[in-house]
Amino acid sequence: MSLNVEHQPTRALPSEKPIRLLDNAGHAVRGAAAGGFELPALDVLLELYRRMVVARRFDVQVTALTKQGRLATYPSAYGQEACEIGAVSAIEAHDWFFPTYRDSIALLTRGIRPGDILASFRGDWHNGYDQHAHRCASQATPLATQALHAVGLAHAARLRNDPLVTLTYLGDGATSEGDAHEAFNFAAVWQTPTVFLIQNNQFAISTPIARQSRAATLADKAVGYGMPGYHVDGNDVAAMYAVTRAAVERARAGGGPTLIEGLTYRVEAHTNSDDPTRYRQARDVEHWKRRDPIERLEKYLVSEGALADEMRAEIADAAESVAEHTRDVMTADAELDPLELFDHVYSRPRAALLEQRARLEAELADTAELHSAGPAGAAR
Amino acid sequence: MTTTTTPTEHPGATAAGAAPVTMAGALNAALRDAMEADDRVVVYGEDVGPLGGVFRVTDGLQAQFGDRRIWDSPLAESGIVGTAIGMAMYGMRPVVEMQFDAFSYPAFEQMVSHVAKMRNRTKGRLTLPMVVRIPCAGAIGGVEHHSDSSEAYWTATPGLTVVMPSNPADAYSMLREAIESDDPVVFMEPKSRYWSKAELALPVRTAAMDRAVVVREGSDVTLLSYGPTVRTALEAADAAAAEDLSIEVVDLRSLSPFDDDTVSASVRKTSRAAVIHEAAQFGGYGAEVAARVTERNFFHLAAPVLRITGFDIPYPSPKLEEHHLPTADRVLAALDTWEWEDRS
Repeated sequence: MSLNVEHQPTRALPSEKPIRLLDNAGHAVRGAAAGGFELPALDVLLELYRRMVVARRFDVQVTALTKQGRLATYPSAYGQEACEIGAVSAIEAHDWFFPTYRDSIALLTRGIRPGDILASFRGDWHNGYDQHAHRCASQATPLATQALHAVGLAHAARLRNDPLVTLTYLGDGATSEGDAHEAFNFAAVWQTPTVFLIQNNQFAISTPIARQSRAATLADKAVGYGMPGYHVDGNDVAAMYAVTRAAVERARAGGGPTLIEGLTYRVEAHTNSDDPTRYRQARDVEHWKRRDPIERLEKYLVSEGALADEMRAEIADAAESVAEHTRDVMTADAELDPLELFDHVYSRPRAALLEQRARLEAELADTAELHSAGPAGAAR
Repeated sequence: MTTTTTPTEHPGATAAGAAPVTMAGALNAALRDAMEADDRVVVYGEDVGPLGGVFRVTDGLQAQFGDRRIWDSPLAESGIVGTAIGMAMYGMRPVVEMQFDAFSYPAFEQMVSHVAKMRNRTKGRLTLPMVVRIPCAGAIGGVEHHSDSSEAYWTATPGLTVVMPSNPADAYSMLREAIESDDPVVFMEPKSRYWSKAELALPVRTAAMDRAVVVREGSDVTLLSYGPTVRTALEAADAAAAEDLSIEVVDLRSLSPFDDDTVSASVRKTSRAAVIHEAAQFGGYGAEVAARVTERNFFHLAAPVLRITGFDIPYPSPKLEEHHLPTADRVLAALDTWEWEDRS
């Protein structure tokens, strides 16, 4: 059977006003502004709330640990929880997720242990979790490269009649990369079950979105590839979840890829080594802090009587215990074996690598001998 | 382009049922047999479907296997390699084609940052059994960007396996082995050898993909060659024999890993070595070969290891390429620069 899909690609531009299901005051939005999407059920929203609260507590904890020197670096997603948690919650365990370096909290939501997520940022190894077990690719640092992997895996699954969907996150800066273009195009031409989420947090390190793109919205780009695009309020987790869920369902049913832009804001610095005061105003940050995704949902849940004080406390406790666990694992140093450096480069050992391994082994033995001999030995 | 070949070039030749096979034909047969043997093998790239590839290496495969097994991709090399990574992650064994050497450069980031590193990054939990086929090198009268020798870019990257066959038997055998490998393989195909023929009975299995092979025995000089320059080395050996100089020719076959054992054994026997390649000299693959040979065999060497290569210039236009490419004459002239105590 041919995989060619005979259909009329969409030519409709996404709405310029972001799709929103909850406004900043926590009121349900209906009509055109909701873009035809339904507010998720209360139990779904409550779960999204719980996940966002846990995610934020984790993120704040890791930023603190980084300032204490326990991690080499950490790109925070503070303020982006609606995008991060809303979209990844819309895929199933069987689906695959292709994150970037900023998406640690989405991996936490995906069930990966904090120590395994952070192994790379601590500097232990470049990737610390079992990708197949969690169906999460490693956190890509080269921008947009992972989007092509998501398209390829989705296409392979489709060739096997395996109804999985791939979800990948990109930043606004990454949309300038050639691989973003190639991924969008391959996905559309091959009609792969792939959902692209562009988290437009308005900065690529220091470069603002205005210096990145002249497109009215980044979701507009979808039209040129012949796939649907949605411009969504990225601080509204209800909208992020609902729009992604619809895209995932369409992809699973054979309807091809979707491009979603979540308009949000990076409240924290790019990483701990960044100084955002050099390129943006404190009042802008304050403005976006007043549009906090967690507070917004909380207001709605309280107004609906779905978030009793007792439950809020219980969720806060759960978040605190994740933070405590994260502190514990990140305060302990992992046992690292330098000789493992040679073990995973190729599936079959290479003679030249074994020679180099033996050399390092001898160096390590010499060092150990010096240490055990004490100062006298060292002076020898 | 038709070229004549010398009989010594076909180590895998067998007598029973042998028929003339070109390198392009052998590669085509290898792909067909691999696709028949394993339904995880999928093939895609630019113009590989109904056209059969610009060098016809995939000729007839789409008609046989359909467009779920072999298809034309959009024209974007990073996209081709990047999606192949995802397919391999899923468990497929993609074989993708870069149409020409210089067109592989858009895929450089995917190759170096992901193809080469995925296994190591994931401590072996995620392997990428994929093959990136790259028609390479010159001497086909190609216009700019159609004749590059890019092997050193790939061999300088830990995590990649880089091989280059020089004859139809190896082309078949090594491509089958590359597809069966659990590691990603950069499979370089010398374009000028695509239409060279050998009498072969397929399927054929030659030496293991990671081994160098002595394709002509000699006692005075070891010429280390690969891909298109194996023929050059053999021509030089033929000419030298008339002057009573016995040249041993080694076909490296595998550029990474490097078969130190076979090469050192030959060099210790002859005590003189030169490496030949089309690529530019500075920082080229021959520098690594010369350094390794010297480090390991210094006290067995009677002369410095020579590099006989293309000049340190961008690949020339078709009417000038003959001056750039190392020829048998240039090889022999280079060997004459050594001091020969026992020769006048």
